[in-house]
Amino acid sequence: MTIDPDKNIRFSPTHRLQWEEAQQKDVILYPEGMVELNQSSAEILKLCDGNRKPQQIVDELERKFETTGLRNDIIAFLEVALKNGWIKQD
Amino acid sequence: MAGSNKINITPPRWLLAELTYACPLQCPYCSNPLDYAKYPSELSTDDWKRVLSQARKMGAVQLGLSGGEPLVRRDLSELIRHARELGYYSNLITSGYGLTEERIVELRQAGLDHIQVSIQASTQELNDHIAGTTSYEHKREVAHLVKKHGYPMVLCVVIHRENIHQMQQILEMAEELGADYLELANTQYYGWAHANRDLLLPTQEQFEQAEAIAQAYKERVAGKMKIYYVVPDYYEDRPKACMNGWGTTFLTIAPDGVALPCHSARELPGLDCPNVNDYSIEEIWTESKAFNFFRGFDWMKEPCRSCDEKEKDFGGCRCQAYLLTGDMYNTDPVCSKSPNRHVVQEAIDSAKSASLAPGEKPLIFRNSKNSRDFA
Ligand code: SF4
Ligand code: SF4
Repeated sequence: MTIDPDKNIRFSPTHRLQWEEAQQKDVILYPEGMVELNQSSAEILKLCDGNRKPQQIVDELERKFETTGLRNDIIAFLEVALKNGWIKQD
Repeated sequence: MAGSNKINITPPRWLLAELTYACPLQCPYCSNPLDYAKYPSELSTDDWKRVLSQARKMGAVQLGLSGGEPLVRRDLSELIRHARELGYYSNLITSGYGLTEERIVELRQAGLDHIQVSIQASTQELNDHIAGTTSYEHKREVAHLVKKHGYPMVLCVVIHRENIHQMQQILEMAEELGADYLELANTQYYGWAHANRDLLLPTQEQFEQAEAIAQAYKERVAGKMKIYYVVPDYYEDRPKACMNGWGTTFLTIAPDGVALPCHSARELPGLDCPNVNDYSIEEIWTESKAFNFFRGFDWMKEPCRSCDEKEKDFGGCRCQAYLLTGDMYNTDPVCSKSPNRHVVQEAIDSAKSASLAPGEKPLIFRNSKNSRDFA
């Protein structure tokens, strides 16, 4: 499974992304499990809303953080997210 | 009291709500206490809502709704709705018995995130025998409906000597039913399973064969179906890191409101497990004797006390130490460093000879009549 540059990415409908006040962290919740996210992973996943292709996510985050050269890291994270079933492309 | 210094109390993450001990099934490996019939009282809807709110405020986020059979509670949707509003991720752990499409939709609308259905075996005959109730076809139907209504589908099969030979067929059944996750839970020998251990514990060869089949299948379905394999600890040489450490992560509330650091803790002597009718969750978690009892490492005896692995497994399971050695402070006898490891070997040998003996004694099924005999 690899990220297709031409398809939109959406967050998995069988997972939930949520801010946890007690932990001061975003987490992914799924059957009987939880993953705690660091801030950059959470920022990426929040843009996986079904309306953006991979490059659009990169552009948006580079704009937001006023930087360049994020592409490789973001794509690498999206690959992991896809393999873990957190995101979907269809 | 052991380990009473309140260092490093982390908030609960997991709340396991055992809503009722009532259950239409009679699984002979059920983890409910043998004498559950002694505790017929159940918390009210408002009590449960209060418990959910208080635990959520402390940081609990995963909610397991179990029992017994949680579907027996008529207020299930109401509790789920409350849990959803609070931001829990709610998991319904059910036998599927009596679950209709209408109810599946209703629970979904209330905000239920996931349904875990247990199946006892890959054939009707064996499933219905182990469940003590005709239920196989209905369970398969429920699995389809769970999928149809957009829930992640988790199938749970408890593995023991009567079904371990079906490992390959169980895996195929799960794939055919479209399970997103398959939990292959080797029986843990507490409660009813402990009472039936001679009849349930497979041999080492059976375990190894079944595990090899499951591992091979796991690779084949990677990315499609996740397989969780709960190891049979009798055949390991280190114990499980029970509850991720006592009073660190898990909070179980029994049907009558008794708060437990693990679901078997009710059987440990002298813990005085507190009831949610008397204390808030915060008081229970941080101040109660029971939840502080085995926190940290001060309570440990040798060989755990000076062992460099104690932060990895916390000395194993307190309930298992008590059940098998009679002393809850002992090293979990599963550990090869335990001076009591021989009791595990004896259990293995005893189960093996029982399996070879002509005319096996019958399984003790989990029902109220048998429970009253244990009470
Ligand atoms: S293990 Fe079986 S008998 Fe026990 S609560 Fe679950 S379904 Fe009921
Ligand atoms: S001796 Fe105790 S701490 Fe060491 S490995 Fe065994 S159970 Fe774990």
